[in-house]
Amino acid sequence: MTGAAASPARRMLARNKWLLLRRSSQLGILALFLVGPLAGLWIVKGTLASSLTLGVLPLTDPYMLLQSVFAGSLPALTAWIGAVIMLVFYALIGGRVYCSWVCPINIVTDASHWLSERFDVPKGWQPKRTLRRWILGMTLVVSAITGVIVWELVNPITLLYRGVLYGVGLAWAAVLAVFLFDLFVSRRGWCGHLCPVGAFYALAGWFALLRINAVQRTACDDCMECYAVCPEPHVITPALKGGEKGGGSVILSSDCSNCGRCIDVCDREVFRFSSRFAQATDAMPQRHRNAA
Amino acid sequence: MAARDPEETPRRVTDRRRFLAGTARAACGVGAAGLLLGLLARQGAARPAWAIRPPGAGDEADFSGLCVRCGLCVRDCPYKTLRLAELGVPIATGTPYFIARDIPCEMCEDIPCVKACPTGALDKGLTEIEKARMGIAVLVGQEDCLNYLGLRCDVCYRVCPLIDKAIKLEKQHNQRTGAHAMFIPVVDSERCTGCGKCEKSCVLEKAAIRVLPVDLATGALGAHYRLGWEEREKHGGPLLPDIIDLPDRTPGGAL
Repeated sequence: MTGAAASPARRMLARNKWLLLRRSSQLGILALFLVGPLAGLWIVKGTLASSLTLGVLPLTDPYMLLQSVFAGSLPALTAWIGAVIMLVFYALIGGRVYCSWVCPINIVTDASHWLSERFDVPKGWQPKRTLRRWILGMTLVVSAITGVIVWELVNPITLLYRGVLYGVGLAWAAVLAVFLFDLFVSRRGWCGHLCPVGAFYALAGWFALLRINAVQRTACDDCMECYAVCPEPHVITPALKGGEKGGGSVILSSDCSNCGRCIDVCDREVFRFSSRFAQATDAMPQRHRNAA
Repeated sequence: MAARDPEETPRRVTDRRRFLAGTARAACGVGAAGLLLGLLARQGAARPAWAIRPPGAGDEADFSGLCVRCGLCVRDCPYKTLRLAELGVPIATGTPYFIARDIPCEMCEDIPCVKACPTGALDKGLTEIEKARMGIAVLVGQEDCLNYLGLRCDVCYRVCPLIDKAIKLEKQHNQRTGAHAMFIPVVDSERCTGCGKCEKSCVLEKAAIRVLPVDLATGALGAHYRLGWEEREKHGGPLLPDIIDLPDRTPGGAL
């Protein structure tokens, strides 16, 4: 038993540590893009689709490049270099880190989720989690048929970025649509069920090294706070409750976006970041039991 | 493997039914969304004639498969000519374009927009800006063009970066006065880059000369057409040895 239970209620700041870090990351990245057009300080140019940092580092969204290839085009070398850098980065630290630490729409859908819980809006349509993979496949097929990078016609992520950086047009309407969809049609619907960008990055981070570890799972008192706060709660069970069946304590599902909300809300300090190969403290007696 | 499990329980059957129904529903739903997206892609392929693509952009089909709408070309344009299509503008959203009448292309020698493009949607093979084909200037408003009215405006001709190559002045007799000459601006569609400086500087309320996308501004001969005089040159003489010489007639019927 750790001292967490005995300690006084943790302060607001500590309970939202990862959330605040995440928001700083999401807004900070947008700010890096924005100081160029606003203050003439060109640190990063472009958008999340493709960018150039400090005039040397090209980054290209690999999903965008994939659609371009499916559309029958052969992108130039710079785009390939940028896409490989992104792929390697997210393959290591967790693909859906893009969703929770970079994507600006996450702020929108989190706000929608907060409201829907607060005002007890019905959950609405809850399709299967595999739906977004179907949509991912569909965008590639439609790209191939039309010869257009097709998700970019509707992608709210880059619509929002372009809106902020190049002139807003009606981009706010697309963002509002996602907000309302999540609020009234399908709670956690956009990021959790539909967005093919998230589906792509989940696949990219299938073997990610950085993961969340329910390392103190024996201390869990079943308060369910982590399930309530997790955008993909199905990823928790195998790690948190799999101990009796000899399962590891690391959350291995690529649906987990490494957002760290579970770490924030858990009073028993069950969760922390670790490598995917880490062992829980209760793994040892488990092994003894198996050996006996 | 195809043989049925003899101990198959009703529960497993309903599970399988539910799975198949769910899969079918997902496939149909996603298929419908795909159709809509495809229609949107088709719709978005339309481009208004006033929206001119940056130098090095191929035809719309090539361009929309390569452009990731990042705006790096816009950022590196020193004259703020280029902009990205905002949502709601009738151009494929997020793609770069310019409006010649607002800010034309200044035809930078180092072509920074093409250099900035990470995907090659703006073709890196374009190294001489004079070879750019952003569009072609067409004198669409002949009735109002001052030079056609017999005046010496000449502004489009004077501002052309390829003066006397892309725009020339051709002397014609002024039928109205019967005594003067008219200097008619004529665009050479082989040389015009479509920079739009002529359209920008046209002194009229609405420009008489306008840059149009190349496919709008050009015709095309039938693939089977042969120009007799060229064929004759290639052949080094008439292609038919004894060509029939029909009598020339004039409308009056006189020989």
